[in-house]
Amino acid sequence: MRRSVVPVLSVVGFLLVMWYAAAVWLNAPWAYDKATRSGEVLTTSTLVADTWSQEKPKLPAPHQVGKEIWKTTVEKKITSKRSLIYHSWVTLSATLLGFVMGTGLGILLAVGIVYNRTMDMSVMPWVIASQTIPILAIAPMIIVVLNAVGISGLLPKAMISMYLSFFPVVVGMVKGLRSPDQMQLDQMRTWFASKSQTFWKLRLPASMPYLFTSLKIGMAASLVGAIVGELPTGAVAGLGARLLAGSYYGQTIQIWSALLMAAALAASLVGIIGIIQRVTLKRMGMA
Amino acid sequence: MGWLIFAVVAWIVGWMLNVWLARRPPSRLTGLASPIVFGITLIAVWEGVVNGFEINQVLLPAPSVIAVRFASSTAILWVDFVQTVLKGALSGYIIGCGSAFLIAVAIDRFPFLQRGLLPVGNFVAALPVIGMAPILVMWFGFDWQSKAAVVVVMVFFPMLVNTVQGLQSTDAMQRDLMRTYAAGYWKTLLKLRLPAAMPFVFNGLKIGTTLALIGAIVAEFFGSPVKGMGFRISTSVGQLALDLVWAEIVVAAIVGSAFYGLMALVEKRVTFWHPSQRN
Repeated sequence: MRRSVVPVLSVVGFLLVMWYAAAVWLNAPWAYDKATRSGEVLTTSTLVADTWSQEKPKLPAPHQVGKEIWKTTVEKKITSKRSLIYHSWVTLSATLLGFVMGTGLGILLAVGIVYNRTMDMSVMPWVIASQTIPILAIAPMIIVVLNAVGISGLLPKAMISMYLSFFPVVVGMVKGLRSPDQMQLDQMRTWFASKSQTFWKLRLPASMPYLFTSLKIGMAASLVGAIVGELPTGAVAGLGARLLAGSYYGQTIQIWSALLMAAALAASLVGIIGIIQRVTLKRMGMA
Repeated sequence: MGWLIFAVVAWIVGWMLNVWLARRPPSRLTGLASPIVFGITLIAVWEGVVNGFEINQVLLPAPSVIAVRFASSTAILWVDFVQTVLKGALSGYIIGCGSAFLIAVAIDRFPFLQRGLLPVGNFVAALPVIGMAPILVMWFGFDWQSKAAVVVVMVFFPMLVNTVQGLQSTDAMQRDLMRTYAAGYWKTLLKLRLPAAMPFVFNGLKIGTTLALIGAIVAEFFGSPVKGMGFRISTSVGQLALDLVWAEIVVAAIVGSAFYGLMALVEKRVTFWHPSQRN
């Protein structure tokens, strides 16, 4: 782990340098344009300074995005419509609700598939096929239809998150519940364990490492679902709405700050699951 | 009332048929028939419920209505297919997967880059990359180039991480054997490490198929010329022409499954030696 700190930091540092360089390169035409109109002559240093501090740059420099994030998280009240924390919370609540629903549905389906041959043969192929369908494409329709039925707000977005997050859980749990080998199953039989005892004492504990791996994938997918689910709601609130509003009005700094906020959210959610995973598996003596 | 009874009967018959199929000795035929029966049952139940409860066709069209719409608007669907799938998704998929593969082979020579790029790549692969769509649409314009760019960004990191992992999957014994054959770097790469990496590479390629379609369609929500599947979906939702939306979804589902199936087929041919491909 420690071995990779220096390489990771240098890669990240390299990316930052590239970002600044790209900002100069992409924003330079606009800077030149402005200079010729006002009759100024740009030296290299003024050109760089200008490209890193434009109002609506093609690519904002990292420090501009950082300043915007600082301004919209720390300096604004949380209840304010312009606070990024408020928008993140809107997205986060839909993500978590969808994630919980998707995980529950996924575990139930997996148990059904493992214990019922008919379900295994008929439903499992459809679970896999359902993921080759670009579900995000129908996000707008789900939202409009549910709105028309009278369901609005959190639930439609959470439904999309649910659909995206249940798949990794089903696949992982089916694998996990089947992971005990013949020897272990035979051992349970020699102990005269009932079906439910075999499930609770052997299959479920054995599936935990698989479950946590799928939960991480599911959480990331769930956040994507919530963000895309916000796109067609007419840009009211949430990180997706910020992206859409930013793209309408050419507010690139706003887009980038919403994007980085979404990245931070994804990273911390997946990180939290990782911590729970480490603690749980250690307690169970599996890691 | 008749339609509701039809739905219930369809469900019971379908399920009984599947129970009967599951009891038969497993074979290719039952493995194929079972999901098909289940799918047909679902469609029959859908048709029955929609007609039985007289659900508004604007909200949830019956499968028969969607089929009629599909048949009558093949011209529009074809134009959208060419714009989104062939121009946007496919070109982005090829560029993204190709460049990720080449870069993976390149950084494989440097352990320092590997240790640095793998965690970063894994991190980025878990991010909501789709959020880049509005930015890329701004940079590359409304036409298919921006959609291809979104697809490139989306498929790049999963492909990179998988390929790098695959190239590391040979063990010391195998590499030592190549050394005793006096094989150089390139020979080892071509004869041992690339073939050994193929299961991982195809994993990345398969993940990429769905991502490519999603990327191309969602990017169109942020602006597109007046054609394309994402454009049609978002405008038809606005006009409450949900039968056309569903027709587009049918196209997307067929294309997605076919694309994935094609990759799985090629994988079967290329990695016939791998334990997961032998029964």
